[in-house]
Amino acid sequence: MSLINSVPEMVFTTKVDAFLNWTRKSSLWYMLFGLACCAIEMMQTGGPRSDLDRFGMAPRATPRVSDLMIVAGTLTLKMALRTKVLYDQMPDPKYVLSMGSCASCGGLFQLAYSVCDGVDKIIPVDVYVPGCPPRPEALTEGLLLLQEKMMQEKWLVRSAASTTV
Amino acid sequence: MDASAIQKKLEAKFGGSVGPVTTGLLEAWIGVDPDKIAEVAAFLKDDPDTRFDSLSNLSGVDYPARGHIEVVYNLMSYAKRHELTLKVSAEREAPRVATVCNVWPGANWLEREVYDLLGVDFVGHPDLRRILLPDDWVGNPLRKDYVEAPSYHGISTVRESMLRIEPPSRE
Amino acid sequence: MSVEIEMEDGGGLATEEMTLNMGPQHPSTHGVLRFIVKADGEVMRKATPDIGYLHRSIEKIAEKVGWHGFMPYTDRVDYVAAMACNQGWAMCGEALGGIEVPRRGEYCRVIAAELSRICSHLLAIGATGMDIGAVTPFTHALREREMINDLIEELCGARLTYNYMRIGGVAWDLPPGFRKRVTTYLDHLEPTIHEINDLLSYGKIYAERLGSVAVISPEMAIGYGLVGPNLRASGVKYDLRKDRPYSVYGDFDFDVPVGHGEMGAVGDCWDRYMMRIWEILESAKILRQACEKLPDGPVIAKVPRNFKPPAGDVHVRVEAARGDMSWYCVSDGSEYPYRLHVRTGSFSAMSIIEELSEGLMIADLVALIATFDIVAPEVDR
Repeated sequence: MSLINSVPEMVFTTKVDAFLNWTRKSSLWYMLFGLACCAIEMMQTGGPRSDLDRFGMAPRATPRVSDLMIVAGTLTLKMALRTKVLYDQMPDPKYVLSMGSCASCGGLFQLAYSVCDGVDKIIPVDVYVPGCPPRPEALTEGLLLLQEKMMQEKWLVRSAASTTV
Repeated sequence: MDASAIQKKLEAKFGGSVGPVTTGLLEAWIGVDPDKIAEVAAFLKDDPDTRFDSLSNLSGVDYPARGHIEVVYNLMSYAKRHELTLKVSAEREAPRVATVCNVWPGANWLEREVYDLLGVDFVGHPDLRRILLPDDWVGNPLRKDYVEAPSYHGISTVRESMLRIEPPSRE
Repeated sequence: MSVEIEMEDGGGLATEEMTLNMGPQHPSTHGVLRFIVKADGEVMRKATPDIGYLHRSIEKIAEKVGWHGFMPYTDRVDYVAAMACNQGWAMCGEALGGIEVPRRGEYCRVIAAELSRICSHLLAIGATGMDIGAVTPFTHALREREMINDLIEELCGARLTYNYMRIGGVAWDLPPGFRKRVTTYLDHLEPTIHEINDLLSYGKIYAERLGSVAVISPEMAIGYGLVGPNLRASGVKYDLRKDRPYSVYGDFDFDVPVGHGEMGAVGDCWDRYMMRIWEILESAKILRQACEKLPDGPVIAKVPRNFKPPAGDVHVRVEAARGDMSWYCVSDGSEYPYRLHVRTGSFSAMSIIEELSEGLMIADLVALIATFDIVAPEVDR
């Protein structure tokens, strides 16, 4: 008699990939990279009413311990160089969520001379959340979408080309 | 004290460096020579009748049609509760205005901002360098003839979006 | 209470001055601000601010989008208390165009501006608590803020960047039942503020962290152009709403609190922090009176879509949450403004930090920025 049949309610079978992805998505620590107005909505999303902590997401101050960088706000050219440095300081596997129109495409500041039109000119982005600023519900949906994306990753069998460096 | 009384006091002390009171749409202003503004400011601050102890706003405006850059000083007095506007015109090619940092310390950063965005040189400023834009930025964006560079440190500033607004061309 | 640090010359450990970089990404800064700190151990010699990381060229954009089109951009000048910025721009347009706002519109503006002021001060109180180390009051403040966000969302549809006011009045009238909901909220808010006081403001650790730290004399405050709660904490009793009333603020009866050095000296960090608490209570008074006295009528004057005010310049001052915001606007008679310059309270507050920083500890720098209530968009625009 196999162990699985004798105690069915305490044992579950899964793939290693799914298990790893599940642990990783349930404890996604995001770096506080609030640049502008979207930062206030990001704080409200982590606040009491729409709580991000129930998804296991905790805000972290330093990039060294965070998995996710929520770019919340307008990226100016002066800040863009530092953004790249901070992105490089995050350990793999890392994800970027571009929150708001300014981070996705420049938003209403495309007319400005000092604004970088979108953070994807500097670093690769996984999920874009539109809005100006996006409501907490919208940001939460973006994060859940990111979690779905994470569930589809494969870690055991990786070709050399697909590894992000 | 109203503007014409203050202007009479200033003219008595500084003579031709101070212009007449011009009443604009809403506000009256007094023109001052660019190299005399520091002394006029010190006088306005220390004189017991005027006591302009606070600088409310310091802005630079570019008038290419008139060939000068105007630096506008909005003064305010907490002691006497009155206000005044002074305007200084500097040549557009090489604008030089005396600094008022020694009169109001708050003018330090305001003048750095005008230097950064319009290129006005404030003579006597202790630390005149760019404040809002990166140190290696080229050009003064708030000038009317400013042309944006196509890229900055490899990041392209060419807009690919649908938002197309043609700014009005100004002479 | 200040800590005396004995520095041994010669005999003790030889110390070297180190240059640290704080920011631009840092959990304790209010937005992207950077300080280059020269410190000898924990005590700073000098902290030089480096700003411009959020310079979004709002002033140049004003010249491109036109009078009406600029209103959403004014929200981004100070997104935490955006209604006052809306009001500043609307007043610029009205002053230049000679437009008179109907009385009901002015009352709607006052209600919106005071709600937004309470919202901003709540965030300031919570953020100060968080920067000192007490994280829980931040969640209390966010909870209260959510309720105001609901009210404002009923009013204008947005939680943060409102675009509610227009040149000539406000965009929409108050929804039915709104005034009752505002007064119900204020009945809930006032005991909560006293709860925050009991939890946080008068606590021993908090009082010692903030009392007598970075004392600013009234002369220094006026010279550097500090405005708003920062100036009033140093003892200068000046509030634009009382001393140079604009809009309909002359109709209301409220006090102007000033700092009185209860936990140390007049003009220290604790005074600046408490100013926000007292101002919330004053704003609640104004809101109650405004809700009661609201007149009937239209909320917006007739302003042409193709608004072309005559050529000239105007200087408008509004009492925003962070102080007297000064708008200098030049028109050349066309549909596009010629020049706009905004001088905000946070800009002046940042400029004073370098001089104050000598002798403070690095943790005190964090407390100082928090009590000045500096937000990056006001500094950089």
